[in-house]
Amino acid sequence: MALDDARIQALEKKAEAIRETILKMLVAAGSGHTAGPLGMADIFTSFYFEILKHHPANPEWEERDWLILSNGHIVPVRYATMAHAGYFPLAETLTLRKFGSRLQGHPERLRLPGIETTSGPLGSGLAQAAGMAYAFRMDGKKNRVYCITSDGEHDEGNTWEAIMFAGKNKLSNLTVVVDRNNIQIDGMTEDVMPLESLNAKYAAFNWHVLEVNGNDISAFIATVEEAKAIYEKPTVIIAHTIPGKGVPEIEFDYHWHGKPPTKEEAARFLKELRSAGGKVPHEYA
Amino acid sequence: MLNPAAKLIAEPFSAVVPKAPTRDGFGKGVVEAGKADKDLVVLCADLKESTRAEWFEKEFPTRFIEMGVAEQGMATVAAGMALAGKIPFIASYAAFSPGRNYEQIRTTIALNEVPVKICGMHAGVSVGPDGATHQMLEDIALMRALPKMIVINPCDAEEGRKAVVAAAKTPGPMYLRFGRAAVPTITTAETPFAIGKALTLWDPPAGGRKPQVTIFSTGSVTYNALSAARALDADGIGSIVVHVATIKPLDEAAILEAAKRTRRVLTVEEHQINGGFGSAIAEFLSEHCPVPVKRLGINDEFGQSGDPDELIEHYGLGASSIRHAAEVLIHSS
Repeated sequence: MALDDARIQALEKKAEAIRETILKMLVAAGSGHTAGPLGMADIFTSFYFEILKHHPANPEWEERDWLILSNGHIVPVRYATMAHAGYFPLAETLTLRKFGSRLQGHPERLRLPGIETTSGPLGSGLAQAAGMAYAFRMDGKKNRVYCITSDGEHDEGNTWEAIMFAGKNKLSNLTVVVDRNNIQIDGMTEDVMPLESLNAKYAAFNWHVLEVNGNDISAFIATVEEAKAIYEKPTVIIAHTIPGKGVPEIEFDYHWHGKPPTKEEAARFLKELRSAGGKVPHEYA
Repeated sequence: MLNPAAKLIAEPFSAVVPKAPTRDGFGKGVVEAGKADKDLVVLCADLKESTRAEWFEKEFPTRFIEMGVAEQGMATVAAGMALAGKIPFIASYAAFSPGRNYEQIRTTIALNEVPVKICGMHAGVSVGPDGATHQMLEDIALMRALPKMIVINPCDAEEGRKAVVAAAKTPGPMYLRFGRAAVPTITTAETPFAIGKALTLWDPPAGGRKPQVTIFSTGSVTYNALSAARALDADGIGSIVVHVATIKPLDEAAILEAAKRTRRVLTVEEHQINGGFGSAIAEFLSEHCPVPVKRLGINDEFGQSGDPDELIEHYGLGASSIRHAAEVLIHSS
């Protein structure tokens, strides 16, 4: 189903607002990851505002689709998107990583409704998503399971155990999105531990492989639609994203993987974000 | 004397006492529990015969999930299935689960607080000829350190069966420990079992000799502790034997009561004495009833190949070693 231009533009505007929220959250928190969350804002916007069957007012809705975030460290983008979607007040995003907050540094299921599982330690989300998909299929349930993974966590053996398991069991109710931004903490993925050819690897494990520009909302939504039509295998979407997307001076720079901007940097970044339209809120001016 | 309330078999010290590995209790229990709850599933990592998981597979082929040699995958797939409403029992050797997949258990099962039941087989030196790599001696320490984790170590196959049936009805994460070697089955269907309850097996009769030591034991070496108590009795020394199947949470009332009566405590486990069952008892008693505690177990070393009985004797966990340790404790404190 092709979305009309007006709808796409509205989603793009939403993604920009989410990026703005992410930057403000990170400054308030004083720690956390910047590049991944900014790079994934378009994909999270697509999920929460177009793809997922969900009810923000009823996160436990029986018929919902399940979105598993395996690389828990990019959770600021999920929190920001959930707040914009109405799961909790936008103001609560500024409690990120603070004592007593539901918005833990890495997401915890038991702290915040709508977080399907606890994650952060890399490599264990895809297996949990596969377990969910397996259980839903056993019970004849129609819930779809989406799992977002980082490229870096494909270094983990646990990830490949899950890829084998899902391929063996032909879990077509599972769609995995790989955030292929090519960076990890110690540098570029192909220098730290080469992953290519990732497509061929998934294909060899009996997965259907799709590839897309993860910062193109229209294309991403269309690709997920395509994945849903595959009934023989699980599908992986290799989503090429730009780490730090939206802030030109940090885009593609792996040094921004694991640190937050300072207040001064955030003021500059917010100016660079088109969504801020040059209007920087006074606390960052 | 044997505690009549324990309803043990008629002649536990007979030369022809029935024997079975505690892992058989897992096999039977999981089939029984599977009949009662259609959401119960069993995952195994390429060890379905020796873990007895295949007994479940035969009954419920569609609810048995073969993971291949992938214990991290097994724990995490199980966590996902639990989140989607299943009650997964995951079976492998304790050396690999929870040995290899500790972090997955910590994050996706314990912190997530989901009802995955981790069943660690072939625990302890009584694995025998396979040697140190396969003789898991640190699993109790690993699991009891985790918040939310219940830890159970049955003494025989019958208690193992009951533990599995009870585990299936109990919410939350749990670790159950089983052994490879055949050991005497001394409990019966009538023997009381409840998660969190200790069981007194041996206690001098009212008006009889005053017990001078309490032996707290866990797992299949409980039989050796019981045999030691009988030998001490023949020497005119009264003792109490309390079998502690649930290591976490401890049955604090029962432990406190026995420790107060004897003012001396001996602990017995087929596990490292550091961080294990004896440590749990010592930690509790040092705060609530500080009495001399001697821990018997593996003393900060790895195991080795050998016959199970030979290894149990070598590491000081046979009946005569336990009896000797009790006598030394009595004479030195």
